[in-house]
Amino acid sequence: MNDLKDMDAFHLDVLREISNIGAGNAATALSTLLQKKVDMKVSRVIPMQFNEITEYVGGAENIVATVFSRIDGDISGNMLFVIGEDNAKGLVDDLTGKTGDGQLSDLALSVLQEIGNILAGSYLTALADFTGFELQTNVPSLAIDMAGAMLSFGLMEIGRSGDWAIMIDAEIHTEEETGTDDIAADTEKNKGENMDKGGKGKSGHIFLLPDPESFEKIFIALGVHRYGSN
Amino acid sequence: MAVIKVGIADSNICKAPDSITTLGLGSCVGLTLYDESNKVAGMVHVMLPSSEVARKGDFKKAKFADTGVPELVDMLIKAGANRSRLKAKMAGGAQMFSFEGKMDTLSIGARNVEACKAELMKLRIPLIAEDTGGNYGRTIELFSQTGILEIRAVSKPAKQI
Repeated sequence: MNDLKDMDAFHLDVLREISNIGAGNAATALSTLLQKKVDMKVSRVIPMQFNEITEYVGGAENIVATVFSRIDGDISGNMLFVIGEDNAKGLVDDLTGKTGDGQLSDLALSVLQEIGNILAGSYLTALADFTGFELQTNVPSLAIDMAGAMLSFGLMEIGRSGDWAIMIDAEIHTEEETGTDDIAADTEKNKGENMDKGGKGKSGHIFLLPDPESFEKIFIALGVHRYGSN
Repeated sequence: MAVIKVGIADSNICKAPDSITTLGLGSCVGLTLYDESNKVAGMVHVMLPSSEVARKGDFKKAKFADTGVPELVDMLIKAGANRSRLKAKMAGGAQMFSFEGKMDTLSIGARNVEACKAELMKLRIPLIAEDTGGNYGRTIELFSQTGILEIRAVSKPAKQI
């Protein structure tokens, strides 16, 4: 594979399956934590340019909560749990059983970080089991700010070698209630199909952004590196 | 008056009365150059300090401080700016996540800021104002009529430098 943007449909499907397995495990973990049904959508795997990624999350200035984990080991990359501000507050309320006053307290922030921690951990456990990789992560870090400011940090490593990244996006959502919207719902910049609008419950996204060298390693581990056009 | 947008790892220029902006700077640096006499302004959204790390021969110059700043100077001269009158301002270079500093001795944001300063020094362009560092994202806009750089951040009042 010379360039990430030239990855063929078969290999994109393999990545989608990995994401489904990882996110499935993460959704189960969140469901146990919340004592609520948590669903996931079929993951999306899309090669895109940097600027398209910020559009994908509703524009560079869209305010989101992001829990960021750096993955190291047999493969490396970044994992981001991204959730809109209102959804984040709702999720914390669900977990603590309280209705917040609209502000995210220090306690709420650590709850949110812990949710991100659990999601990333369970996603990566599934990924490691499936591929046989040894994987470690640092302690995740939480920030609530403009999406562009946080995602561009996630793209830094990929940026060294090219202008394209493969966005592996898993969406999970809690059911019930007259939910607030998806992270991108309040922006018109959003092109519609990228992010689901409306829906019920709270939804967040788990983005996996492997470093460029890691794709080949994933495909070798799964025995599919020679499959398809290459 | 038009507002020219600059994306990640990109650069552009504008002339009065237009303004030029880039959104959601985190560890990236938004560096602006301005010639007051001709009212020509340029902006580059630098993502990484040095093009030495580029693993391919073919890359976007605006992505790196050491190639993006000289390229912006060339663009401005072509647009009629006077090289010796160019003055620089910059913003960004934040550390968005708490573990960043542990990955390297300096976080990438601080390294981006340093690399931009080194490049300006090399090109003998004075840096007259900056709003860098911190742990928050910034949107910046340079008004080519006045040369004022406006910085906007979440839950902070807008700032002009």
